[in-house]
Order: sequence, then structure tokens, then C-alpha cells
Amino acid sequence: MSRPPDPARSDPAGPDTSRLRDRVRDRALVAAILVGAWAAVAWGTGAPAFILPSPLRVAEAFVANAALIGDHALVTLAEVLAGLALGAGLGAATAVWLSLSAPARRLVMPALVFSQAVPIFALAPVLTLWLGYGIWPKILVTVLIIYFPVASAFLDGLRRADPALIELARVMGGGRWRILLRIRAPLALPDLASGLRLAAVYAPIGAVIGEWVGASKGLGYLMLLANGRAKTDLMFAALVALALGAVALHAVLGSLATRLERWSRTGRWR
Amino acid sequence: MTGAPPPGLRLNGTLRFGAQVLFRDLSMTVRPGEWTCLLGDSGVGKSTVLRLLAGLETGAALEGEAGATDGAPLEGRIAWMAQSDLLAPWLDLHENLAMGARLRGEPPDRDRAAELLERVGLGPHAHKTPHMLSGGMRQRAALARALIEDRPVALLDEPFAALDLRTRAAMQELAFAELAGRTVLHVTHDPHEAARLGHRILVLTRDGLVEPALPAGLPIRDAAGPEVLEAQARLTRLLLGETRA
Repeated sequence: MSRPPDPARSDPAGPDTSRLRDRVRDRALVAAILVGAWAAVAWGTGAPAFILPSPLRVAEAFVANAALIGDHALVTLAEVLAGLALGAGLGAATAVWLSLSAPARRLVMPALVFSQAVPIFALAPVLTLWLGYGIWPKILVTVLIIYFPVASAFLDGLRRADPALIELARVMGGGRWRILLRIRAPLALPDLASGLRLAAVYAPIGAVIGEWVGASKGLGYLMLLANGRAKTDLMFAALVALALGAVALHAVLGSLATRLERWSRTGRWR
Repeated sequence: MTGAPPPGLRLNGTLRFGAQVLFRDLSMTVRPGEWTCLLGDSGVGKSTVLRLLAGLETGAALEGEAGATDGAPLEGRIAWMAQSDLLAPWLDLHENLAMGARLRGEPPDRDRAAELLERVGLGPHAHKTPHMLSGGMRQRAALARALIEDRPVALLDEPFAALDLRTRAAMQELAFAELAGRTVLHVTHDPHEAARLGHRILVLTRDGLVEPALPAGLPIRDAAGPEVLEAQARLTRLLLGETRA
């Protein structure tokens, strides 16, 4: 009477690694095509290097300025990570609070939605005015930009959580905090995960917006500086560093999100 | 189960879904300490009756009353087993059985959980999560979870529907023994199951509640005995609409 279930469980690491290898190969191919197209345009049009530097020149600038780019990248990375942690934490806490209180939902949700209508770009100079040129206005822009996607995705999940399982939990005599912690939150993890995936995309944008408005450090600042001095190759090198960082962040948070989803459905992280 | 004798259950009234009347002037009682089977076609409102008694949302309006015959609220006195297993997919079976205790902030009874899992034949699977198990295994785990709740009233909605014949017979015997002396309302569409288990059998039809004659002998009856099979035939005819009770 106990049928052996789901043969897919018994697989060794095999399929996962080969899928990863395929993905890396596909992405490398796409990157090569894009760089090739860029090189073709740069050489074909004969544009001067301060308008459109060739990939090779940008690579040279990257190597020559590696220490400089690295210093600024660390600042941007710190802003992004702090913004992510704070924004995701605040977003998740807001979702929990709103899921417990209908009056709070009625009052706060419209304000949250309205806040999304304000372009963060327009707000950034004010934040710099209030908080100065340091790291905090950048973190705050990042927090503002990712707070809403995380809060709204997690809240959706908390509220949609399988009503029958919630009913059972009530019949069992669970209070709403325990039901939230033990049933709703685990069921809503896949929704929190999709919020985090969005946050990973938005967070670097937030930090760079903050740096453009006023900064003395960070990749956004370095790009503006290089651009102003017609060091277009350095500007591109900084941009490449930013893009690589964003892709890496997306991969890390994406993998975390996949694990959250898997745990919620199967009780297993891997 | 401790102390006070289990209450009976009572449901009186008319139930409406919007303008549509699901049943009119229904009067149903479940006697305390007995196993009552509620038979009927799908969609006739059996699960709704169960949900009304459990105090759950039904999307329908009851003009009347549903509750315990002793007048006290049923809250905290019910073990409910729904049609779907409702196991938490992220918890292994052992933790699924601990769910009720954890939700109440009580320490879970690990020995009792292990014993019940063993008795429903899932001992070797105690540390697997539901997605690794078949539908029948999940239903047995859900049964074990309803039994560990140790409540004076059990509301069971098709608790054996996903099981094969042999497992079903074994689980019926287990549930009957574990729930002895408690008030059980068991919704089923299987006449054989009702004939085997019921101290009382009620049939819910579109025209109201019917109480057909019981098979001879006390439950739990022999699954392949002539009394049960005769009653199964009779109940089948009744459900097919070929005779009146």
C-alpha cells in the first residue's frame, strides 16, 4: 500500500548541473553576440573613442582602473545590500501588519499605492538635501524603490493562503499570530520570493539614482565624473561593473527565491 | 478525551444559497457518543452540513441553529477532517501531526504521533513531506492528524475516499476504535461504508433527510458480511432513487 513515490527525487546532482551548464553557455553566447555587435558598430562607424569606445578599449580602461572601479563598486554594493535588507525587511513587516488588520489595510494601502505614483527620481534631490551626500540618501532611495514590490507581493500571499488550511488551523484552536507564523507565512513564501526577485532588479537602480543626484563615491558618481571628463571608456567600464554586479545580485537573490519556493511546497531547500 | 461526556449535535432550519434553497426545514440530530453516517449524492449539501456544525464559512445563510445539544459552543471540541488532506506541504508527517498542538502553543505529543503514524501504516514515512507520498498515504496522515486531536466530536468528510479496498477496511477499523465513545458525524457517498460503520445512517436527498433501516448487529460490522452487503444494496437503491425508505 505504500507506493514508491516520485522517482524524480532519487536523482543525483546530474540534471541540475547540466541545466546550469546549458544556462551559462546560452548566456555567454548572448553576451558574445552583443559585444560583437557593439564592436562592429564602433569600428564600422569609425566613431571617435570619446563618443563610442570599442569593447577592447573599455576592457583596457577596466583593467587600468580596476582599483578605482573596485573602490567605488564597494560603496555602491554596500548601499545596495543595506537598501535591500532594510527595504525587504520593512516591506515584509508591513505585509505582516496589514495582513492582521483590516482597518490598517483600508487606511494604508491607498497611501502605499499613491506613493508609487511619485517618481523616486524626483524625490532623490530632496533626500540628498535632507540627509547629505553620504551613504544614507542612496540607501533610502533603494529602500523606497523596493519596499512596495516586496510588501505588496508578500501581503498578497499572506491573504490568499489556502483558506481551507487556515480554517483547519482555526478549528484546531490556533490564534491569529500562531496561524500567521506557522501557516500563512510559510504558504506565502513563494510570493515573498517573487517580491525579492523584483527587488534584486530594482535595488542597483535605486542606489545609482541616489549617486547621480549627489555623491562623492560609488559607481554612479564615477560614471558621471568620467562622462564629464570625456573619459567615455572609463564610463563604460564602470557601467559594465555595475551591470555585472546587478546580474550577480539577481542570480544570488533568484537562487534564494527558488529555495524559498521549494521549501514552501516540499519542505526541502534543495 | 477527558471528563465530560461528548455532546450530541443538532442542526435545524432552512439553508439558502442566495435565492436558492439548499434544504428547507431540515431537522437533524446526531446522538452523543455514536457514529452517524450521512449519505447522499455529491452536491446535495452533506459537506455544508458538516461545515455548519464546525462553525465554518459556507457561503450560505442558515435560518435556524447548528451546534451542540448541550448548549455549549462546539469551539475547541471538534476534530475536523476535510475532503482534501490539508497537510502542510513544508512539514514532514511527524510535524503535520504536531500542527494542532503547535497552533495552540502546547508541547506536541511525539510518542502519540509516532504511534498513530505507525498504526495508519506510515511509520517508515514519518519524516517525509506530503509531496513524496501518494494521495492515499496523505489521506491516512490526515486521518492520523484528526485522531491525535483527541476531541469529543469528530466531523469526518469522506475520510477514506482515496483509499484502496483493503486499506480502507483497515482504516475504518482503526478510526472506529480510536473514536469509540465520541460523537462522530461521517459524511460519505459510499453505502457500503455507511452500512459498516453507522450506529445510525442518515440519507440527505433533495427532498430532505431520510433515515433508512440499519443493518443487523452493532458496528463495526463485517465488511463482507451478508448484513452489510444487504444494507449496501438497499442503500444503493435508495440513492439511485428506485425505492423510498
